[in-house]
Amino acid sequence: MSRPVQARRLEGIDKNIWVEFVKLAATYSTVNLGQGFPDFPPPGFLKEAFLRALSEENHMLHQYTRAFGHPPLVKILAQFFGKLLGRELDPMTNVMVTVGAYQALFCCFQAFIGEGDEVIIIEPFFDCYEPMVKMAGGTTVFVPLRPVFSRGELELIAELCVKHDVLCFSDEVYEWLVYDGKEHIRIATLQGMWDRTVVIGSAGKTFSATGWKVGWTMGPNRLLQHLRTVHQNSAYHCATLAQEAVAQGFQRELMLYGKPDSYFVQLPEELQKKRDWLVQSLDAVGMKPIIPEGTYFLVADISKFRSSVPDVPDSDEPYDSRFAKWMVKNKGLAAIPLSAFYSEAHKNNYNHFIRFCFAKEEATLKAANDILQKWKQEKTSP
Amino acid sequence: MSWYCMTRRLGSCEGSRRACNSQFFSGHIYYAGMLFASRSFCCLGVRTYQLRTDLLSRSIRLAASATMAFRPKNTRRIEGLDSNVWVEFTKVAADPSIVNLGQGLPDISPPAYVKEELAKAAAVDRLNQYTRGFGHPSLVKALSQVYERVCGRKIDPLTDILVTVGAYGSLFSTIQALIEEGDEVIIIEPFYDCYEPMVRMAGAKPVFIPLRYKNDGNSASSADWVLDPAELANKFNSKTKAIILNTPHNPLGKVFTREELQVIADLCIKHDTLCISDEVYEWLVYKGNKHIKIATLPGMWERTITIGSAGKTYSVTGWKLGWSIGPQNLIKHLQVVHQNTLYTCPTPLQEALAQAFWIDYKRMDDPDCYFYSLSRELESKRDRMAQLLQEAGLKPVIPDGGYFMIVDVSTLNVGLSGKDDKQPYDYKFVKWMITSKKLSAIPLSAFCGPETKRQFEKYIRFCFIKSRV
Repeated sequence: MSRPVQARRLEGIDKNIWVEFVKLAATYSTVNLGQGFPDFPPPGFLKEAFLRALSEENHMLHQYTRAFGHPPLVKILAQFFGKLLGRELDPMTNVMVTVGAYQALFCCFQAFIGEGDEVIIIEPFFDCYEPMVKMAGGTTVFVPLRPVFSRGELELIAELCVKHDVLCFSDEVYEWLVYDGKEHIRIATLQGMWDRTVVIGSAGKTFSATGWKVGWTMGPNRLLQHLRTVHQNSAYHCATLAQEAVAQGFQRELMLYGKPDSYFVQLPEELQKKRDWLVQSLDAVGMKPIIPEGTYFLVADISKFRSSVPDVPDSDEPYDSRFAKWMVKNKGLAAIPLSAFYSEAHKNNYNHFIRFCFAKEEATLKAANDILQKWKQEKTSP
Repeated sequence: MSWYCMTRRLGSCEGSRRACNSQFFSGHIYYAGMLFASRSFCCLGVRTYQLRTDLLSRSIRLAASATMAFRPKNTRRIEGLDSNVWVEFTKVAADPSIVNLGQGLPDISPPAYVKEELAKAAAVDRLNQYTRGFGHPSLVKALSQVYERVCGRKIDPLTDILVTVGAYGSLFSTIQALIEEGDEVIIIEPFYDCYEPMVRMAGAKPVFIPLRYKNDGNSASSADWVLDPAELANKFNSKTKAIILNTPHNPLGKVFTREELQVIADLCIKHDTLCISDEVYEWLVYKGNKHIKIATLPGMWERTITIGSAGKTYSVTGWKLGWSIGPQNLIKHLQVVHQNTLYTCPTPLQEALAQAFWIDYKRMDDPDCYFYSLSRELESKRDRMAQLLQEAGLKPVIPDGGYFMIVDVSTLNVGLSGKDDKQPYDYKFVKWMITSKKLSAIPLSAFCGPETKRQFEKYIRFCFIKSRV
């Protein structure tokens, strides 16, 4: 073909850090704190629900379900989140199930962003936001993150959204992973925001089952209707069995909400311990962690370890990226460079941080500690 | 006091950078993703807003009084793509007292070993977490083995295959990767209904060509429906980017012969056109017929994406796994779309599917292989349904493949005029049949472009992968 065979919408979105870093981790790492997924299993009650669903005599759960979301799942999501959002949710029109929160984001951009539109993205950002905006023909505008998304700041964002008639796509996949007694505030509950917000959630992060790829969107029908149009013309149905199991998981959580047996209480408790453990571990060797109030990631300053990885003048690649690659190849410890979560223009502003995932078994975190201790000793010994 | 800077353009807020940076390192970070989409920002140079928290209350009061009526506007790309025949008819047929022979979903059980493999996979901890984005390693390996055997050529599991959310996802990835505004895409009518909206969503123009009934005889077969080669040749021009082929064909059940495929191949090569070959029913081919992959014809591998489906292969439509197979220089673009749409498909399902494929790959010379045994089971259902319909005075078109059968209902002479005359006859007929006969099917005009709806409105489509048949 004389002209390029691929469509122009793919321009500039072919690179992806995960393709590279997942391969590196698979090849070299002995301890993987890179990509964000737990190395412990989903809770027993969820696995049991999945097994029950797949072996049901009825077997119709192996066939198509309702395209916009398996009825038992959208019903329980509407019930559960209706309480948290402080309003009555219609499961058929205010909730749509997607293939992970990833596909939820895709539907939002495809439904509402076109050429001439600007999208504000707060940096550092989950890397897919930028290429998704580009693929939709939009223009990205980057705003650097400042500490603590307090209610005051969310109210400021809300005020600006209302004033300028702007939509808000709120990615809240880590909504349950909040530590130190902090509160996750849902922007859709602020004044004037329900009508202009799409809330995105994830079963993968909620129930430690990232491989199930079940996510959802919630919002007013006049926004969701357009997400449904994109969804019915792209993936259409989501796999039935996992939806059935997730529905049962939420039934259980609805009954145990706020109680000590609730997975949404136990998981953050467990993860907070792991966070503290990793923070201590990193502090002890001289990598300076920034203590996160939420999610299962933390970012650490690797300046004290710069001597291990020589600077390459005039290199296109940000320092932290080279550092992370060197570290996985030579130390077997996988982490992700923070610059991966910045726009091209700002990648070199924060190039001495790497991101660790601490949703890992104790043994994994201990193994990481061993690697770091040994490394520190190697640096200090003559 | 925390400072919050917001700029309207890429760039930093000069005045407060120092303050912002120092806070960034000493404070805590709450990782949250928020995206704001705006239509109404106008560009007047860099304007920075710096609001201190002590001014917030004043701002909020202003905002509350200035609540504008929000007019969410969808993008042009989805304009006119909201209606969907399935949404309409699955609602109508959801009543359990109605025998649903409409939507194409099996109500027979998937084979036991398929369910067992899924149970085994789900019990492995790491198989409940993310796998390789472009396809779980054991699955792409299994697919490459099966299809190497079928195609007679080497297929690289990592570069020549993409696993997607159903064949639907493969169609979407292919069209988004390779089709855009200015392109024309040839669609053969009747067509699986998603082809048209997907082509339109990509900004391209669908160009329709109908299959035409060549006989005047009584016993109709799907083989009687053919493309006119001259008519087809006229549809190709310099803008034709691709043709979508579906064989075995839904809804007719036609299995394109080698000669028919050669006509299409010749035109693709002459006009340097791509071929998107939807072969989800590839194993469901009945006696006397052979499924031929157009990608195996000379000059076609390098320009063809072949799409398959676990749902149709193993009677597990609810697993929503499909795949695209083709040359690396085309598949790599589908992979780019995939990594920017949903990134990865569910892991345990992919692992189970891989294991099921190994089981059947090892017995591909054996008649007990599920690929052949399912086809035999469906052939008897096909014959039974055809007989029932003929006894009822209807004229079925006997399919050579797939699990659908179309039926000419005009012979029944059911008078439906006066009932919403804007709707095609078959829509009205199906609605009447649901209410008065408690039986549902799908109207064939749902699978046609605007010009040919009248041509096909005396047909309805039945699905026979049903336990009752």
